[in-house]
Amino acid sequence: MDTGLLIEKIVLIVLLFAVSLGVAAYLTLLERKVAAWMQDRIGPDRAGKWGLLQPLADGGKLFFKEDFIPANADRFLFIIGPGLAMGFAMMTSAVIPWGPNIQAFGRDIALQVADVNIGILYIMALSSVAVYGIMIGGWASNNKYSLFSAIRASSQMISYELAMGIAIITVVLMSGSLSLREIVDAQHGFWNDGYFTWNFFKQPIGFIVFFVCTVAELNRAPFDMAECESELITGHHTEYGSMKMGFFLFAEYVHLFVGSAVISALYFGGYNFPFMDYFSGNTLAILGVLAFFAKTGFFIFVIMWIRWTLPRFRYDQLMALGWKKLIPISIVNMVITAVAVAFASGWFSSDKKDQVEPASAKMEVVADKQKLTLNQSTIKH
Amino acid sequence: MSEDLEKYKGNNVPEKWESDDTIEGEIATLNLGPTHPATHGIFQNVLKVDGEKILSSEQTVGYIHRAFEKLAERRPFHQITPITDRLNYCSSPINNIGWHMTVEKLAQIEVSKRIDYMRVIIMELARIADHLVCNSVIGVDTGALTGFTWMFIERERIYDMYEQICGARLTTNIGRIGGFERDFTPKFHELIKDFLKTFPKRFEEFNSMLDRNRIFMDRTIGVGGISGERALNYGFTGPNLRAAGVDYDVRVHTPYSSYQDFEFDIPVGTGGDTYDRFQVRQEEIRQSLRIISQAYNNLPEGSYHADAPEFYLPDKADVYNKMEALIYHFKIIMGETPVPAGEVYHSVEGGNGELGYYLISDGGRNPYRLQFRRPCFIYYQAYPEMITGQSLSDAVVTLSSMNVIAGELDA
Repeated sequence: MDTGLLIEKIVLIVLLFAVSLGVAAYLTLLERKVAAWMQDRIGPDRAGKWGLLQPLADGGKLFFKEDFIPANADRFLFIIGPGLAMGFAMMTSAVIPWGPNIQAFGRDIALQVADVNIGILYIMALSSVAVYGIMIGGWASNNKYSLFSAIRASSQMISYELAMGIAIITVVLMSGSLSLREIVDAQHGFWNDGYFTWNFFKQPIGFIVFFVCTVAELNRAPFDMAECESELITGHHTEYGSMKMGFFLFAEYVHLFVGSAVISALYFGGYNFPFMDYFSGNTLAILGVLAFFAKTGFFIFVIMWIRWTLPRFRYDQLMALGWKKLIPISIVNMVITAVAVAFASGWFSSDKKDQVEPASAKMEVVADKQKLTLNQSTIKH
Repeated sequence: MSEDLEKYKGNNVPEKWESDDTIEGEIATLNLGPTHPATHGIFQNVLKVDGEKILSSEQTVGYIHRAFEKLAERRPFHQITPITDRLNYCSSPINNIGWHMTVEKLAQIEVSKRIDYMRVIIMELARIADHLVCNSVIGVDTGALTGFTWMFIERERIYDMYEQICGARLTTNIGRIGGFERDFTPKFHELIKDFLKTFPKRFEEFNSMLDRNRIFMDRTIGVGGISGERALNYGFTGPNLRAAGVDYDVRVHTPYSSYQDFEFDIPVGTGGDTYDRFQVRQEEIRQSLRIISQAYNNLPEGSYHADAPEFYLPDKADVYNKMEALIYHFKIIMGETPVPAGEVYHSVEGGNGELGYYLISDGGRNPYRLQFRRPCFIYYQAYPEMITGQSLSDAVVTLSSMNVIAGELDA
């Protein structure tokens, strides 16, 4: 085991942890400022300039509040609920490639904690597990409204996960890989030989489906069935106080951050930006990270914008949208994409010599082509 | 279980839900209220729910009963005005002025056109404020908070105008028996001109947020519906009845305060559902603006109070200098003014519907009996029928769209 690699990864994990927490904390402020801006209000402005210390004040207040557990609540699950929500939220960001490789201390450092070759499945898995926090918290509260919230959240997760998965399959078909870094690398630059490289331009329908599902997975308005302050009295939060409730809120914002990052990685080229070929080395890496954060910030803003504009769905309408509209659309989209990819790679031509190399592979990095030829040679043996 | 459903089945309960036999669920009891945030007041609804579907509902009223009718029996007439403030506190000026007009009817006090027009302006402003609260709160209950804050800025401007007229904002205690305690101030003229100029545009902006919003329409169309016939049987009035397709408006059918002088339309809905109620109120706001501009532009000159010395307090300067004024002042304050014995019913088109005052006087200093006809009390009776078979979310939206105000419900 390379000690340098270990230190590198540990530093990266700590950094990522701090960034996720910091961003999530300031997203609470941003959300309130965005809401205030849209609603002709001022928003928080007492703690520090422009309310910049507000998240710290909120956090401090939550820590010093009484840690109350209702009499009939299941103590263990009641405590574990917010912990799960927070833990899974923090884990998701591990596979996201935050930028091109950076050269420092004589090493080539990848700005990604783990380049798992099934990164996208990892994200899918964690975002589905995240609902356990809400489910367990809502159930353990022993409150009927919280239970409603738990039921809503879990059924919402199940129905939107499907459409989301199918939308991701189309991206995987286009890129030919499940690894997030390879998916991002396949969208190199912005414009290449007369076509856009970003998946958004190749998969607009897939993007819409994925975006809607992401908002639903994040439990954000108009899909905030679980929270729903007007009907369920903020649902699973109802019986929670102090930092346990803070964890739920925090997890929501970490999810918002990671979710926006996944959207920009899958559909908007991640750290790729136009004219990136004019840069190289660490300049490229820093600009790439900035571009990635800019895209992520944009999507965070869009999701907040939606929240402060649209009314909420009703539970059954939400289900109808998921099962009757999004899933059929994404399946049709997937089939069309699959046929197109197969067509482009020569599956339907009588001359089948191209078929081993899918069209999308042309966009892949050279190393992959070498792997591919290597595989062919091993097959021949 | 299905008997329960049959028992409460109204004409407009949608049939799209599965029958009970297809659901093998457990029935739970759920308390919607009395401290639920969506009830906007203190109501209790004990719901029997199967999942989120409401099988039956039972309401409790009286959480903020303050015995207004009994209180009124021990108070001189002019001291009952502050009680009426606390009925429908979203549009207290209408309650106040309705009460003043009731006493004027009893004591046969004639008021001038100017007072009528001033009253119309204030009552229509109050109606706008009331409808704004109701419609923006429907938005909040469906999850759209932004329109609510926009419209509350406009409501603040209406409250600023109240402040110019009477000094108070929410519980206004506006006007006096026989007119007003003071004339419109110059600042009020400034405010109302500005309001009439800028409000319509901002209001249409709010309207565009919800009016044709797909999610909002899905959430409200066919939700909490009631047929015109059922509504009439219950005794609905006001926007909720008009949304069900019955064109009854007190302002037109029994005009008071010179409403016959103005030209305005009565919006009427078809289905009586939440969306219809929303649209009827939106249109009534536009019509109220029409009435206000007509009344304001044709405001006659003259005194701001009637010549009714036995009810209307004289000028303070006169009290010190004139014998007659001093006597009337003393008699009014001590409740010694002669009031004719008799029965009188007067009703005004309140923010929510026909707000009636049934007053029996035996000639004494207090009413012998005073009964408020409170539209919210009547709407709330129909609430179980309207939400049976619908989901929990629908129940919340239905309640806010009926604009049931706890203060008026419980009196």
